[in-house]
Amino acid sequence: MTKEDIVLVIKDIIATIAPDEELSGLTLSDPLREQIELDSMDFLDIVMELRKRYGVVVPEEDYGQLASLESCANYLEPAMAGKEMNIGV
Amino acid sequence: MADLPRVVITGVGLTSPNGNHLAEFRANLLSGVSGVVPYEIRYFGPTVAGVCHFEATRYQNRKALRRGTRAGSIAIYCANEAVRDAGIDLDQVGRHRVGVYVGTTEHGNVETEQMIHEVSQYDYDLSFWSHHHNPRTVANNPAGEITLNLGITGPHYCIGGACAGGNLGLIQGVQMLQLGQVDLALAGGVSESIHTFGIFASFQSEGALGKHEDPTRVSRPFDKNRNGIVVSEGGCLYTLERLEDARRRGAHIYAEVLGYHVNSDATDFVLPNPHRQNECMRAAIAHAGLEPEGIHLVSTHATSTPLGDIQECQALREVFGDSPTTHINNTKSFVGHTMGAAGSLELAGNLPSLNDGVIHPTINIEELDPDCDLRGLVINEPKQVDRIDSVLNLSFGMLGINSAVVIGRPQ
Repeated sequence: MTKEDIVLVIKDIIATIAPDEELSGLTLSDPLREQIELDSMDFLDIVMELRKRYGVVVPEEDYGQLASLESCANYLEPAMAGKEMNIGV
Repeated sequence: MADLPRVVITGVGLTSPNGNHLAEFRANLLSGVSGVVPYEIRYFGPTVAGVCHFEATRYQNRKALRRGTRAGSIAIYCANEAVRDAGIDLDQVGRHRVGVYVGTTEHGNVETEQMIHEVSQYDYDLSFWSHHHNPRTVANNPAGEITLNLGITGPHYCIGGACAGGNLGLIQGVQMLQLGQVDLALAGGVSESIHTFGIFASFQSEGALGKHEDPTRVSRPFDKNRNGIVVSEGGCLYTLERLEDARRRGAHIYAEVLGYHVNSDATDFVLPNPHRQNECMRAAIAHAGLEPEGIHLVSTHATSTPLGDIQECQALREVFGDSPTTHINNTKSFVGHTMGAAGSLELAGNLPSLNDGVIHPTINIEELDPDCDLRGLVINEPKQVDRIDSVLNLSFGMLGINSAVVIGRPQ
């Protein structure tokens, strides 16, 4: 998966866990929590969905890497390499 | 309840398998409309249940619905509807002076079953167990979701009372108002039980799950051929206020809570004890300052089980004898057994009787069981009487818990 694909994957997960939010205007670099209403339980949901959908385990000490779409893409790129996109679940 | 402040019902919020507000519920109780439908649940397969169809997104966004529980959603809907019905401004009351008391039969089974099913898809790897499990399954969940939704900072908790839970929530609200702990109580009961396969399977294993080719006729208390319970979801919460507070703000008063009683059988996990039921009814009636003849309507608990209905009838016969002023009905014949909601919900359907003198019947009686042939039983068709001044609302539960609440026309 490319970084662009990973951004789509994360936005797809967020659409599931925060269905009332408008996601089309999200920037890549700004922290997600500054753009939409996400709390710590929501970030745990993102971690869980990555585990369920892609078998990717994000250790607790790396949760900070999920702060923005850009940091997600950078951090997850190695782990998501070779995996098929699974969006719209 | 001498020397204690008088407490009144000023708002009703409910969802029932046959109605999502009091007027709709009452109309369907008077016109014989059931809320029991074909239903299927994981592992158990096809059965019937009472299913609610309230508009959950009226008071919750989709994220809140996803995060919370069905019981929480039912509770939030009922609480908001009750506050709206009462015309209460929570800011004016003071949100720290509002108490939330929600009766439940059980809580947590739905989420636990769901989690076990989910991890079974991952070879029971518990790293897939949701971080939402604990906040969804703590025993205060439905009451706590109300406080989150309405910004209430007064006390909240649930009262686990098996199928007496709805009455217990109501009683707790009355007591906290009388003690001056709160100025407004949101009180009653809720149930999400149709979403746990375990409750169907357990009733089935007990031989207590009802069956009939027509789903609307499965629940038929007092009928000779009744064969068991219909499991249903639902909720009913009241706004309770001290009478003087309600009068001061010019509130519409549905009824006054005149008395109540709760006791225990101490005899069996499952089987009821008519002697303790008798004692519970008599104590509640005395608490209200009445004699049995002063009870004009008894809303029975009867669940459509062969033995339970007979035992309740035995207790009723002993208490009310040939009282010419007492009528008797049942709500589960319409909506099944709404478990933790039953006490408060079944009372709600009878509240309008204080004004219109019309008693909704118990339906689905094709052949009355001679052992359930009670004087005053209103069968299949509504009955107009001169006046209904008081209602005795009965709810009993497993482990032998009995509850009785007496309400009366506001004087």
